[in-house]
Amino acid sequence: MIRINCPFCGERDHSEFSYGGDASIEYPALDAPPEQWHDAVFMRENIRGMQSETWHHASGCRMWLVVERDTLTHEIQAVRPAHPAIAQALEDEA
Amino acid sequence: MARYSAWTVFKNGLTGQKGWGRAWRDPEPKKAYDVVIVGAGLHGLATAYYLAKNHGLKNIAVVEKGWLGGGNAGRNTTIVRSNYMMPGNRQFYEHALKLWEELSHELNYNVMFSQRAHISLFHSPGARDAAARRYNSMRLTDTPAELWSLEQLKKEVPHLNYHSARFPIIGAAVQKRAGTARHDAVAWGYARAADQLGVDIIQNCEVTSVSRDGSQVSAIETSRGTIQAKKLGFAVAGNTSRLWQMAGLGRLPIESHKLQAFVSEPLKPLLDQVVVFGVGGAHFYISQSDKGGMVFGGDLDWYKSYAQRGNLPIVQDTAEAATSILPCLGRVRLLRHWSGIMDMSMDGSPFICKTPLDNLYLNAGWNYGGFKASPASGWYFADLIANDRPHEVIQNMDVKRFERGVMIDERGAGPDPKLHG
Ligand SMILES: Cc1cc2nc3c(=O)[nH]c(=O)nc-3n(C[C@H](O)[C@H](O)[C@H](O)COP(=O)(O)OP(=O)(O)OC[C@H]3O[C@@H](n4cnc5c(N)ncnc54)[C@H](O)[C@@H]3O)c2cc1C
Ligand SMILES: [Zn+2]
Repeated sequence: MIRINCPFCGERDHSEFSYGGDASIEYPALDAPPEQWHDAVFMRENIRGMQSETWHHASGCRMWLVVERDTLTHEIQAVRPAHPAIAQALEDEA
Repeated sequence: MARYSAWTVFKNGLTGQKGWGRAWRDPEPKKAYDVVIVGAGLHGLATAYYLAKNHGLKNIAVVEKGWLGGGNAGRNTTIVRSNYMMPGNRQFYEHALKLWEELSHELNYNVMFSQRAHISLFHSPGARDAAARRYNSMRLTDTPAELWSLEQLKKEVPHLNYHSARFPIIGAAVQKRAGTARHDAVAWGYARAADQLGVDIIQNCEVTSVSRDGSQVSAIETSRGTIQAKKLGFAVAGNTSRLWQMAGLGRLPIESHKLQAFVSEPLKPLLDQVVVFGVGGAHFYISQSDKGGMVFGGDLDWYKSYAQRGNLPIVQDTAEAATSILPCLGRVRLLRHWSGIMDMSMDGSPFICKTPLDNLYLNAGWNYGGFKASPASGWYFADLIANDRPHEVIQNMDVKRFERGVMIDERGAGPDPKLHG
């Protein structure tokens, strides 16, 4: 079991979360050329090592989180809210 | 090396089994080959075999970082079927099944292919209609397929949960020519047959980088030195993205995920077929090995991973699915479980294709259905490498199909690799 330290709920089993995927993908503008959308939707770096990825705390606070996790060892280095404004607010508070 | 036959089995039985030699050589890598295949799993070994057998190529090597058959080749639940619906897949997997039917003779090696029938249960009229559509499509490519009523199913598979299942079983879609094979034997059989045709199988030889000369691959660096290659093929399953990046090619429509499998303590004969159960979020498949172990599996671990070890929530999910359709397994003990790294593609279908480099070829994206594919995968990949053009059956099995808007999505799950099976 991977344990994810949710900034709102504390450390929880990963089975409370649903996995989003690669958080480094940047979606282009809606009217961007199809090649850019193709790359965002279909192409993956598929990192073996530390990767940024999204997890949804579906059975908890229901926040989307960005988790820095090693895909080989499953070690987690950092967890933060996916929404930049919320992440900033938490940081300001700390 | 001697041919295997009933006579050699008999003779060795009388002479203390002392007459068996090595099944394949253990050669030192040469400086250069005409074709180098990376990955001695089923696909790499089958490719080397058909390159030598069908295309008469001589100077071939397969390089493997560990031992041959140590990857997904030796980790799968050994289900072989051709109940695919999409054009391309149908012809491809039916060709694979025809090769399976002759494989033991072809390789002079008993791969224990057992056409015991593949039974997909359904639990609602909607699922029955979907199965009817799929199985009728199969018949377009002359793949026999049947729908069984509940009565017939009860007669053939008496131990299923027909009385208290949360999702009552109402019938099944059946492919009788489908079944299982001994996965290790397939790897060993292809290795031995390829070796006899002169293929060098080089184990403990990890590829660490790929040298390029413009749009050509010139050589690979390995843990056993530099090897030059006129043509290079990748067949490395879950490690595809790593090799692709070694060749400087960037991203692929692939993610690596892990899948677990399980085997129980040996039981007396209980289940004669492969049974598959899938409803809502549950996914479960089971068969009984010749040693009596119940061999089964379920879904992926749901997050990307390169670790060949599984998580416990999936063990629980799989056990729940097992006891919900086969309650008689409730007190059976688990003997072993393990996991392998899947090359999950964006539409659940594979890639056998040319690449941006002139003399590099790719075989990947097998999701968790690549065991059944192995003979045809090797057959078409060898054809591609030898002739430098895709056969029409695999014309859409290229990494660029998404650019053309072609998705070969059997499940209709969309571009999320973890949702394909
Ligand atoms: C648990 C599980 C259950 C499955 N069940 C089924 C099933 O029931 N039916 C079915 O059809 N399919 C099934 N599959 C899928 C099937 O096993 C795979 O799709 C198939 O084996 C992949 O092809 P392969 O045998 O060539 O891969 P592998 O055996 O994984 O071969 C790839 C090889 O490449 C080598 N390699 C990697 N990197 C390097 C490098 N840098 N240098 C040199 N060598 C390298 C690896 O060591 C490995 O030996 C299952 C898979 C798993 C894990
Ligand atoms: Zn939370």
